[in-house]
Amino acid sequence: MLHTVNKSPFEKNSLDTCLAHAKEGSAILLIEDGVYGALNGSKMTAQIQQAMEKFTLYALGPDLKARGIADKVIDGVKVIDYAGFVDLACENDKVQAWL
Amino acid sequence: MKFTIQVSEGPYNHQASDSAYQFAKAALEKGHEIYRVFFYHDGVNNATRLTTPPQDDRNVVNRWSALAEEHNLDLVVCVAAAQRRGIADADESKRNGKDADNIAPGFRISGLGQLIEGGIQSDRLVIFGD
Amino acid sequence: MGGDVKKFMYVNRKAPYGTIYALESLEVVLIGAAFEQDVSVVFIDDGVFEIVKGQDTAGIEMKNFSNTYKALEMYDVEKLYVSKDSLEERGLTEDDLIVDVELKTAAELTALMEEQDVLLSF
Repeated sequence: MLHTVNKSPFEKNSLDTCLAHAKEGSAILLIEDGVYGALNGSKMTAQIQQAMEKFTLYALGPDLKARGIADKVIDGVKVIDYAGFVDLACENDKVQAWL
Repeated sequence: MKFTIQVSEGPYNHQASDSAYQFAKAALEKGHEIYRVFFYHDGVNNATRLTTPPQDDRNVVNRWSALAEEHNLDLVVCVAAAQRRGIADADESKRNGKDADNIAPGFRISGLGQLIEGGIQSDRLVIFGD
Repeated sequence: MGGDVKKFMYVNRKAPYGTIYALESLEVVLIGAAFEQDVSVVFIDDGVFEIVKGQDTAGIEMKNFSNTYKALEMYDVEKLYVSKDSLEERGLTEDDLIVDVELKTAAELTALMEEQDVLLSF
């Protein structure tokens, strides 16, 4: 399953709830304000790095760039574009949006 | 692959409609089919042709209309959500005794069943909201 | 897909009244019931507040739709799940809820979500 998270983890618990309910091996894509979760050196970084042992983390490049954090992404988070988002939605059997 | 996309937020206030549009465009470019785009909650506000954004900004509504025309997309606005928020086509306007309609080209008003049907008929439902 | 039955899950994570999502989610569940799919409804995070007993909206002049959850059974929507963690975090128990539900751990919810064909998020 592909999980999308569009909320900043500094403001909302969507990412936390997603991480608590996603099956091991799932793909998690950060979009919109969700991309702030991919910010390196933040208080969330350790949690994200830990999550990356269980899940594959992706972040939407256009959203990272728009927010000025494209060069501050945690190592190992895969940056993709909208075409990559479409591919992920196809490769996974369903998509769950954690709003 | 056949997609149904749900847009749950209005234009400009939230990025959901922009993200949904970019996703839809990318999916179409890859040769996938968009079975339906369903506008729900404040997402129905994407369907008013009275939108007038500043000239240096994108026109979210016109962009959906143009994509619909180019790819023959089915843009469906939930009737119950639309009535609450004052989005009407000519029929709805008449039925509810209103003096105007405001639906943009390419959009149609229909029931919530269209969302469920989209979920049944499509390979994937992708939701953009808040 | 023809006449196949798909598994639909409605995931409610928002409290009622502050925003319209809970009410409009319920409207989808009611309409969706007519399609005779395999439906389940789950309440996680602030979504558990949707089904708390004793809601009285007179003072805010909004429609109290909490009793509608009790009617879901008549629509053959019988699988109502609540996140045990979310309920406990909010100091609530099953006795505080307006409908009979099944409490599920996060791991159980993970398994249930994985079984679905379509997940609708509110």
